[in-house]
Amino acid sequence: MPVQTTARLTDSELHERLERTWGHPKGVWGWFSNVHHTAIGIRFMVTAFIFFLLGGILAAVMRTQLAFPENNVLGPDRYNQFFSVHGSTMIFLFAVPMMFQGFGVYLVPLMCGARNIAFPRLNAFSYYIYVGGGLLLWIGLLLNVGVDTGWFSYVPLSGPQFTPGKRADFWAQMITFTEVSALGVAVCIATTILRYRAPGMTLNRMPILLWEKLVVSIAVIFAMPAVMVASSLLLLDRLVGTQFFNPAEGGDVLLYQHLFWFFAHPDVYIIFLPGTSIVSTLVAVYTRRHIFGYTPIVISMIATAFLGFSVWVHHMFATGLPPLGENFFTTATLMIVIPTAAQFFCWLATMWNGKLQFKLPMLWLFGFLFVFLIGGLSGVMLASVPVDLQVHDTYFLIAHLHYVLIGGAVFPMFAGIYHWFPKITGKFLNEALGKIQFWLFFVGFNVTFFTMHFLGLRGMPRRIYTYAPELHWSGLNLLASSGAVFMAVGTLVFLWNVGSSLYGGAIADINPWAAGSLEWGVPSPPPSYNFLYIPTVNGREALWSAVANQPVVTGLRTDIQEMLVTHSLDSEPQYREETAGASIWPFLTAVAVSAAFVGSIFTAWAVPIGAVPVTIALIAWLWPRGSSSTSKRATALEPLAYER
Amino acid sequence: MNGLASAAIKMAGLRGAAWALDPRIEPGRHAALRPAGPESARIEWLYWVIFWICLVVFVLMMIGFARAARISSTSVSDRAILEDPQGDRRSAWGVGIGLGITTLALFVVLVFSIAEGRPIEGVATQNDVTIEVTGHQWWWEVAYPNSEADLRITTANEIHVPVGERIAVVMKSGDVIHSFWAPNITGKRDLIPGYASAISFQVDTPGTYHGQCAEFCGLQHAHMGFSVVAESKREFEAWQRQQLQSAIEPSEPETKRGRQVFLTHACVMCHTIRGTTAASQMGPDLTHVASRNRIAAETLPNTPGALAGWILDPQSIKPGNHMAANALAGDELEALITYLESLK
Repeated sequence: MPVQTTARLTDSELHERLERTWGHPKGVWGWFSNVHHTAIGIRFMVTAFIFFLLGGILAAVMRTQLAFPENNVLGPDRYNQFFSVHGSTMIFLFAVPMMFQGFGVYLVPLMCGARNIAFPRLNAFSYYIYVGGGLLLWIGLLLNVGVDTGWFSYVPLSGPQFTPGKRADFWAQMITFTEVSALGVAVCIATTILRYRAPGMTLNRMPILLWEKLVVSIAVIFAMPAVMVASSLLLLDRLVGTQFFNPAEGGDVLLYQHLFWFFAHPDVYIIFLPGTSIVSTLVAVYTRRHIFGYTPIVISMIATAFLGFSVWVHHMFATGLPPLGENFFTTATLMIVIPTAAQFFCWLATMWNGKLQFKLPMLWLFGFLFVFLIGGLSGVMLASVPVDLQVHDTYFLIAHLHYVLIGGAVFPMFAGIYHWFPKITGKFLNEALGKIQFWLFFVGFNVTFFTMHFLGLRGMPRRIYTYAPELHWSGLNLLASSGAVFMAVGTLVFLWNVGSSLYGGAIADINPWAAGSLEWGVPSPPPSYNFLYIPTVNGREALWSAVANQPVVTGLRTDIQEMLVTHSLDSEPQYREETAGASIWPFLTAVAVSAAFVGSIFTAWAVPIGAVPVTIALIAWLWPRGSSSTSKRATALEPLAYER
Repeated sequence: MNGLASAAIKMAGLRGAAWALDPRIEPGRHAALRPAGPESARIEWLYWVIFWICLVVFVLMMIGFARAARISSTSVSDRAILEDPQGDRRSAWGVGIGLGITTLALFVVLVFSIAEGRPIEGVATQNDVTIEVTGHQWWWEVAYPNSEADLRITTANEIHVPVGERIAVVMKSGDVIHSFWAPNITGKRDLIPGYASAISFQVDTPGTYHGQCAEFCGLQHAHMGFSVVAESKREFEAWQRQQLQSAIEPSEPETKRGRQVFLTHACVMCHTIRGTTAASQMGPDLTHVASRNRIAAETLPNTPGALAGWILDPQSIKPGNHMAANALAGDELEALITYLESLK
């Protein structure tokens, strides 16, 4: 093996060599072959945001329908499709792919100091399979076979007897797509965090965002199989006549609810924990100090993810479970408030003792604190069984879930976008437009959703396409609908801001916010190889604690895509490893898998027949190639060195 | 923060604002916080206990965040990193005390919830009145069982109960999951295929209370209402006696013709009128349909016009429901309406 003496190269020579090895492939073919995490991460974020807009359009039409009693904008059939696709889109196609996959795939390798994500081809495959699921759901809606049984599609309503046709199958198979995607990315992210951290970034120096992504990845790996079981059993009932959920044949309809919520409640934390880690990251930057309570925050996130698996029955209090069981789940639900409160107090303490800079991301963080606090407190009300029996499945619940999900995901997302946009694109977003967007969105959000608490207490159930004027819900519904206008205009302002900033925004330098994590040590936008030299780390905020001549790792080969593998705990270098490069096969495999999945909606034969192209594509994907047979294997550390 | 004051006012005004916004609201009207019996009153009381705890927490947190924002919004361009070990020690105490208070508050919520939940969810073996409710897409079958078959009352969508007595409602579903919910009376309970469930309650204030299906059950979930009519024991017993009778025998030629129309058209395929040959259980029992206030699961008032519209074209009023359109001639329809309106 030739010994590379990279230290003798100038930075620009090294840049040229790395660019030749790592550069993004060009052209249409190249676009589909690209497996670099920055490219895939941006695609996840952009695609998820498009689904956010589409889901928002459905919501706007539904609010128009509900603005007046006995309105005729949407009939019951279309309305039911709209709310089902709205919920499914926002949860499965926007919130998780944006907060976990989007931010995770883009940021994790950069924060670790790695040149790419682990298993980059699996990561690219996960993106395409997610797009396949999204297209399936939305093409279904456009062809009038959109799901109309709600985003959790309870049996027996979604079973073969009460929903003939293909609507529920499109939904159930969309679940399979998106969960395969989330599981794939979870494996990539967890492995990246455990094996690709820069030397010196021991576990207790990991940025909080990395801790969160590790915790959430593990939660994804435990939660997603439950919903895939639920949706697969539903598909089997519908397609091949199994009777898992048919009470007439000894099946059990409550089993479906247990399986679904065993996934869907942890999923709330899979959506919300990424939000909290954005808050923890940004609070430190904009108060100019280390986050207060690093250890309690990390423990809180672990505790939240863990407890998140023991609260699912609070979605099922009205089914009439035994009181002792209900009390257990009430207790667990109230307990989960404690770690979240701990995080709130730590942010408060950080701001209290820091030098808070009221920049735009901070404005969104305050929006988050206000909105999520209300959502959390209404959650305490819902945890109480008697109160829940009144407000469950009413607009009070709709208000609560939007306060926690928009509060826990959308507000931190916008904070994160304003914070990282300069890193991702090299351009600043406009601050004034950002403020206008914030106030429109914040006011509109509260007008729309705070009003819904009253509607729920007045007895308005969720998922009704119309209501009679005598029920006295008209005024409040009109008020709620008017707030949606502000949210929509705010979102348009954001789109205008992104568009105009990309073409005419101020140029961002490497570290405009003087932030401390490693992604702010590379140019904006990051080059294809991310880091010229693998950095070393002395503290929790790597750039803040770096000394004048902070050592870097030299000696990685530049002629192949070589990465440094370090120890999971103390991040001591262990191996050099060649990582998988650009390939069209993840995309083609995703196409083959999608075809098999979609085909299996119509005939069980799609599984054996569809397996053939999938197998061929997988063989081609994994076919060994490269300069030498040894290059794929992990190799010794020998030529590596720390240099200043 | 500017939001603080307005938010506090908004939250504090909750109880008043909910009603003040809509002057037409009548006392006792459809709402969870207008209890008509002990169960909903307990829940209302518990709701306000938790509400005030939450409000105090909310205000304290907002004060905290407002102070954090005020103390420090001075140095916008500073890039230096602050070290303040002394401040952090103070913060550690603050966080610890905050968590202690949080845990205590949650414990209070837990204890009250469990204590209030027991009487609300329990069903005694002995009740004054037992009612069987079966959920169908999209109407409610209501029966008052009796060990003697001819003393069993069957009706639809309108539940009569005597005030001040313990009522048990035994529920099952005929098709998909529904949820029985009359917010003025008690919390909701799902009707799940394959499971039997029961709730028990009492209504103290006489009146008519609106209820609605609360679990999404398909196309016409929005139009699956019912009402609970709470009346004195005397009125309730009179109602029972009247419901037990077979349908009134038509005496006028018009009502006789109406019965003939009913028995020779599609009506008999789904509906029962006791005392005639119509005995299908698919749709609501119409033996005493004229005694009910509303039709089509609370969708329309029970007037001759509404009834005629419903019979002619139910699909445009409640699209997707299981009643087919009936193209009756004008005089046939008129006779049928006259007959149905006579079925007190």
